[in-house]
Amino acid sequence: MKDLTLSRLHQALSQKRFAVTAECGPPRGANREVIAKKLELLRDVVDAVNVTDNQTAIVRMSSIAASAQLVEAGLEPVMQMVVRDRNRIAIQSDIMGAYALGVRNILCLTGDHQKFGSQPDAANVFDIDSINLIKTVRDMRDEGKDMSGYELDVAPRMFIGAAANPFADPFEYRILRLAKKIEAGADFIQTQCIYNMDRFREWMKRAVDAGLADKVYILAGVTPLKSSGMARYMNNNVAGIDVPEDIINRLDSFPKEKQVEEGLKMCMEDISVLREMEGVSGIHIMAIEWEAIVERIVKGIRT
Amino acid sequence: MITGEQKPLQEILGIIRPYKNLLILGCGTCVKTCFAGGEDEVAVMASAVRLAYKKDGRKIDIRELTIERQCENEFIQESAGEAARSDAVLSLACGAGVQAMAKRFKDIPILPGVNTTFIGIQETEGIFTEECSGCGDCELAVFGGICPVTRCAKRLMNGPCGGSQDGKCEIDPGTDCAWAQIIDRLARLGQMDNLKKIIPPKNWNTSLSGGPRKLVREDHMI
Repeated sequence: MKDLTLSRLHQALSQKRFAVTAECGPPRGANREVIAKKLELLRDVVDAVNVTDNQTAIVRMSSIAASAQLVEAGLEPVMQMVVRDRNRIAIQSDIMGAYALGVRNILCLTGDHQKFGSQPDAANVFDIDSINLIKTVRDMRDEGKDMSGYELDVAPRMFIGAAANPFADPFEYRILRLAKKIEAGADFIQTQCIYNMDRFREWMKRAVDAGLADKVYILAGVTPLKSSGMARYMNNNVAGIDVPEDIINRLDSFPKEKQVEEGLKMCMEDISVLREMEGVSGIHIMAIEWEAIVERIVKGIRT
Repeated sequence: MITGEQKPLQEILGIIRPYKNLLILGCGTCVKTCFAGGEDEVAVMASAVRLAYKKDGRKIDIRELTIERQCENEFIQESAGEAARSDAVLSLACGAGVQAMAKRFKDIPILPGVNTTFIGIQETEGIFTEECSGCGDCELAVFGGICPVTRCAKRLMNGPCGGSQDGKCEIDPGTDCAWAQIIDRLARLGQMDNLKKIIPPKNWNTSLSGGPRKLVREDHMI
């Protein structure tokens, strides 16, 4: 790992504290108040807050602008950046701009295909892929140069994150891809949300056996389920999500109004398992449009 | 036609290096017309490879064959005998031909000898130009038969941009501005009204942006 960056998330992880990150989705509009409300729900609760970048290809306020609002309010954003909508010129420019605005963490992603979003007619870019995005941010930080080799007067010194999905296929390739992301320069990993614990355990074991868990901080992703309907929907409609049948059945065995509590209970159980798992440095809570619940989950962890 | 140009010999020598028994397979339609992969090019390629191997004191067994089209199974079948006797095939077809061959011969490596360039025409002797991107939603009726998606460097639908000068594109004085041509053509056809309305954002869903495409003709399925 490189010298410490100015990222507070980096500092927390380097001190071996079990880190907790959450997520804040920008609004479908220019309303600062939405961000202001969400960030108050997360203030002093988590180490950093992921700000999503037009997630599921639905147009929202930019992740850079919303991240800057978090910085202004004293919170630590992890700015997500997808390669779907920007070519390499815009990518490098936006990274410099974000750093100048105080953003210290970036999560480098491919991005959901626009076909899944609100504007499937859009052209996509994919000029570079997420692995080359990681390498670009790393080279800007460690070499102080942009992709053309031009020396930057102030290099953005980002703490660099990448995503990993242990539930995507082919399973054998997943560790190889994780290794490539680390080689490209990833400092931390946030995983897809975990419901299939057996498969995650196997993935984590392979990562540890391959020596990868020593090279990168892995934050295990969790999303509390609100109902068996949501579980089924995610399993069937969200790319790369695996919700095993027994999880859905467990929720189903409760009446609808009790399923929220049971979903939270399951989430807490998962976190206590993940906490003890070798190679896991923290958790990433993706409570989609449910930021209010994060504090309760974190209290459960910290006590 | 689909145009292509042969890969440099050094690259081809690298690609075929592991193999001792090679079939160089030409394609007698598009790439023949643009001088990249017909019978003549197969013969020249075979000689060049033999010569290079001779110079290095190495041995390779090369056979030559050209079929009508490598993108159609009934023609591919004609190469089955020669392909089976080879430990690899160097295909001088476009990327579609290479992949059709690979689908047909599952255990034989099919190697590309040509870089596929575009869908185009021979504008004048020896000069080929790109005309169509296969975007899946043809609007040539509006643009006087000149495609801004393919021939404008910025794919502008409401051009030209400020970089159009003397009928040339800002990216290169050797490149015609598609929009200058569209305007000339529509003026001649008396259809300048086509350019008065704002052309809405293009639906890229029918292009490669929307993912790999498939054409289904149920009336021709068996």
